[in-house]
Amino acid sequence: MFYPALTIAGFTVLEALRNRLIWLIGIMIIGVFALSEFAGELAITESGELQSSLLAATLRIFSVFVVSLFIITSMVREFNDKEFELVLSLPIARATYYFGKLLGYSVLATVIAVLVSLVVLLHAPATQVLLWSASLTCELLIVAALSLLCMFTFNQITPAFSAVMAFYLLSRSVSAIQLIGHSPLVDSGTVSQWVINAIVDGIAFLLPNLDQFALTDWLIYHTGDWSVMGPILGQTVIYVGLLVAAALFDLYRKNL
Amino acid sequence: MLKRERPIREIPRSVLIGLALALVLQITWHSMRVPTHATAEGLPAPVPNEQLRAISLGDPIALAKLMMLWLQAFDNQPGISIPFKDLDYDKVTGWMELILELDPRGQYPLLAASRVYGEVPVEGKQRHMLDFVYRQFLLDPNRRWPWLAHAIYVAKHRLKDLPLALKYARAMTLYARGDNVPQWARQMEIYVLEDMGEAEGAKVLIGGLLESGTITDPHEIRFLTERLKRIEEEKSNSSGDH
Repeated sequence: MFYPALTIAGFTVLEALRNRLIWLIGIMIIGVFALSEFAGELAITESGELQSSLLAATLRIFSVFVVSLFIITSMVREFNDKEFELVLSLPIARATYYFGKLLGYSVLATVIAVLVSLVVLLHAPATQVLLWSASLTCELLIVAALSLLCMFTFNQITPAFSAVMAFYLLSRSVSAIQLIGHSPLVDSGTVSQWVINAIVDGIAFLLPNLDQFALTDWLIYHTGDWSVMGPILGQTVIYVGLLVAAALFDLYRKNL
Repeated sequence: MLKRERPIREIPRSVLIGLALALVLQITWHSMRVPTHATAEGLPAPVPNEQLRAISLGDPIALAKLMMLWLQAFDNQPGISIPFKDLDYDKVTGWMELILELDPRGQYPLLAASRVYGEVPVEGKQRHMLDFVYRQFLLDPNRRWPWLAHAIYVAKHRLKDLPLALKYARAMTLYARGDNVPQWARQMEIYVLEDMGEAEGAKVLIGGLLESGTITDPHEIRFLTERLKRIEEEKSNSSGDH
């Protein structure tokens, strides 16, 4: 199982390179960097902080966008060109194919996180950037696994990508939504409010707490320390495990 | 015809067990999380208008509307409530000025200034908001007159500052001259003058209005004429007392 998976992973990374994905990332990094420098020039004070936060926030969203879109479009093409059937006609298990793909995309996600972090390094101390980079890698691994799952489930680019983006935005904001729902100003005595709160709390149980990942505070106020990586790694392992199991469930149900 | 999905029994048992286990682990992990605590944040200083225009992606009105919601919700940050009176009103008006620059035809910041931020039981802050409304009125009187009318009411009845109310009412009479501005709004100066005991001034103003021919509604002419008579009666009574 291991070597075929490695081969599939290798070809997945090769596909990304031949698609000039790294060039796209390079151009986008330069563009965002220029934008943050421009914004920094406009600031009357705290221009360095403004540049760091703008750079980190924009590049994080951009990385999520690129990783997700690349995985979904690449998998759609693979299904349309019947490459999936071709691979499975060989003595390779569906799980092997899946893990090969996931490994390849994980390598890609890691490379993107590292490239993005290199430019953030221009405005923040190396230890904080390293922490931010490790956390961003975890975030992108979850997004990669989720993109694969959504692709297996929806089979089409638009619904799959929309689902990934909705999931991502909700994961980053669900804690704030919960707090607002339980605010003392909200009339929690009404049935509708109780039902809404219960639904939000229920959804929160099934989402990773991405709002604790790759915090801009670390880059600006240098508040990060390695103890925060424990919970982030724990959440990543558990959630990627859940996404892998769900994706394998879908993959094994596919009738070819 | 080929079915799109195979039955669940075709799925390896290890995958099913793994899925159930991962789900339980995720729920357990979430339950063990330390709940997020709400912390109050201070309102940041307004940013330069140029920056906002840049991030509006060419749609400053949409950004202005969103910013107003953000500003309005600032008292109610996730899980915590900050009394309006504890907000820094210089920053609040700074943000509202920016929002009005992005969307000059929008009325939302003026409504918030008059009816939300101006309702706090702190006189200094009320005056701050009234001044903001007055300054913004001067920039577009025919559209922003309703908020100055409210400011006149607040100055007269809540702050009991008749000179201030008169200053606003005079501005209303002088600058709000569009067809959409009702006569009663332009006549507010009369009432303020009356309350100040400036019966002569009120009389002159009503007389001027009636003679100018700008009032055409017969009900309004009758109302003003009666008011003029009443002022004259009161004046003659008070001079008789002396």
